[in-house]
Amino acid sequence: MELSQEDYKVAFDESQREVMCQGSLMLSGTEEYAPILELLKTASVQAVDKLTLDIQKLEFINSSGINTLTKFVITARNQAGLVLTVRYSEEQPWQIKLVSNLNRLMPAMQLEKI
Amino acid sequence: MAENFGNFIEPKNDEVEYLIVGFSSTSLPLKQRWKNKGLSADFISGYLQTFFVGRQDGDDGLRNGETIPARSRNAAKYIANELLENAMKFSDEGAKYSTRISFYLHEEQLIFYVVNSLNENDKANFQAYIQKLISSDANDLYIEQMEANALNPDSNTSGLGFLSMICDYSARLAWKFEILDTDDDMSGTPVSVVTTMVCVDV
Repeated sequence: MELSQEDYKVAFDESQREVMCQGSLMLSGTEEYAPILELLKTASVQAVDKLTLDIQKLEFINSSGINTLTKFVITARNQAGLVLTVRYSEEQPWQIKLVSNLNRLMPAMQLEKI
Repeated sequence: MAENFGNFIEPKNDEVEYLIVGFSSTSLPLKQRWKNKGLSADFISGYLQTFFVGRQDGDDGLRNGETIPARSRNAAKYIANELLENAMKFSDEGAKYSTRISFYLHEEQLIFYVVNSLNENDKANFQAYIQKLISSDANDLYIEQMEANALNPDSNTSGLGFLSMICDYSARLAWKFEILDTDDDMSGTPVSVVTTMVCVDV
């Protein structure tokens, strides 16, 4: 399962149970982000008890994109038995901040620094 | 007469680096503007980086509770992009007033301004939102807004843009609302405009 455009790619690898986000997420509002949120929610259901969200190759995200990720994390938080790991880059101050905000929403989240 | 919210600092262009980019109100539809908004934010952040050579920080990660440094390339791009997104979403298309974004790089501070028209209905809602922003604890409101958005799937705006600037980038925000006598086509129709100011330490 994959969503790919000129500026970004969001892909779910079923065998690894990983969603990888890369490029620049600068879409306009909830409607344009709906397919990405849907992919994330589908991935968490199919992954059942273990899913990794890998954002280390994400270069940029706007506030509507942050909103999409927070909605997904809140859904994941409410999915019984799911362990969500977020893999991020320690060299990107904005990724550190984003992950710390996501962690506030879901304290049980596992963090993997690269 | 101007109505200010927060500590609004008037732009001063003496002895500082500054850059102003304008977007005509008449040419492109929103969809195409979305693309050049991203390009403009990229350009502004790339241009600013030239003044930060040798003064980079934030590359060693953040200590607990630290916010994203203004000198990191992402900071200027994020702030400029959010300001332009808001301006393009809320400009009054009937007003024929150009949106302008600018930055002024002072010794200790980097200040962004975005000026755009807005209609009277949006103005009342916007001012109510600003009052809430000013009178609340931003960090609490940020998380509350995220939780509220998750319960509200149909809302097309996130309300997170200003909050993320305040909480993630330690930005100080202020607004100036004015009614100007003429719009760009000099027809003499008064136009309602707002200037949003975002100030970060460098």
